[in-house]
Amino acid sequence: MVATETGQTTCRDALAQEEWGALILRVRDTQDRDAFAALFRHFAPRIKGFLMKSGATATLAEECAQDVMATLWQKAHLFDPSRASAATWIFTIARNRRIDALRKSRRPEPEDLPWGPEAEPDQQEALELAQETERLSEAVALLPEKQRELIERAYFGDLSHSEIATETGLPLGTIKSRIRLALDRLRHSMS
Amino acid sequence: MTIRHHLSDQLLLGYSSGQLPEAFNLVVAVHLSLCDDCKARLGAFDAVGGSLMDACDSVAMSDDSLAATLARLEGAVAPPPPRRGTKTLPAPLMDYVGHDLAAVKWRSLGMGVRQAVLRTDKGASARLLYIPAGQKVPDHGHRGTELTLVLQGAFRDETDRFGPGDVEIANEELSHQPIAEAGEDCICLAATDAPLRFSGLLPRIAQPFFGI
Repeated sequence: MVATETGQTTCRDALAQEEWGALILRVRDTQDRDAFAALFRHFAPRIKGFLMKSGATATLAEECAQDVMATLWQKAHLFDPSRASAATWIFTIARNRRIDALRKSRRPEPEDLPWGPEAEPDQQEALELAQETERLSEAVALLPEKQRELIERAYFGDLSHSEIATETGLPLGTIKSRIRLALDRLRHSMS
Repeated sequence: MTIRHHLSDQLLLGYSSGQLPEAFNLVVAVHLSLCDDCKARLGAFDAVGGSLMDACDSVAMSDDSLAATLARLEGAVAPPPPRRGTKTLPAPLMDYVGHDLAAVKWRSLGMGVRQAVLRTDKGASARLLYIPAGQKVPDHGHRGTELTLVLQGAFRDETDRFGPGDVEIANEELSHQPIAEAGEDCICLAATDAPLRFSGLLPRIAQPFFGI
């Protein structure tokens, strides 16, 4: 997976979720700037696209995308690949930055989970979650057009909360159970 | 703590996609701090958001953006310690009321019932409610949605019993008269996106003064 000067994006785009996660762990463990640069090249343009689709100007979206990537660096110690894939985790940072920038309001976040070296994420669990996340992405892409559009409108900020449909048709059961198991393990290791 | 009344998919999707007013986000974040089941369900919705963002048409960043971001990391401050709260006062609520429920500035609503309005953005309002054990809250309906999360004690209404961590989601169809259980005084966090509709004359007159 060596990047070349010209064809770097196609090469890097092929990285699976678990490999992006591994890069975040390198940022966390050794403040690896090369790993950060690779993450930046892949995710920053997508965060920018996401924010512009959500109504931000190009200038604001650019600024926020940089903020999101800087937050990734600072909060890498909170990344747990057995509970969220790289894309999922970065999405939550981008969403919070959007609420801050576009709505100018505070975002209450749940309490941090107990954390320590003994709670180091299980590699097998992380791999399974990454694969499950990819399967979910495929399922989202295959949703009937109308349904997919409604879900996109919810995430891109085009629907008010009372307009959000209760029946999404998303296959979320497996991924939910997996995250639940990871949480159980984490609680157990701390008790 | 056995939680029996959880967040709806609609609320979790709204929280994940960032569409809820701040007051609702607060109730959701407090419940999530107490409930791993809902936290896992939220993780699934966040994964949907992640895959939509990852599938977004990318928009090129300016040429110097990576260098600029790397330069910012030089002076980066150490991350804050993990936020930890207590069972009756989870961390997201501490951010609003401080570290001690006893230090909350309550205002009396009569009959021993007290409330403290929390500062949130427009779109919905949030408040803490203090209901002495055995006391009734005035009979009321809802124009929009009212979320009530129990922090301490318990209450009952026409639908069920709600204990610590439980969330009651009330909409236009529900008119109810919550009663705090005997024993411990009941403290709740409540959020509503429209003024409540009181049945009695007195609370109706008092309503504008209390901002509920």
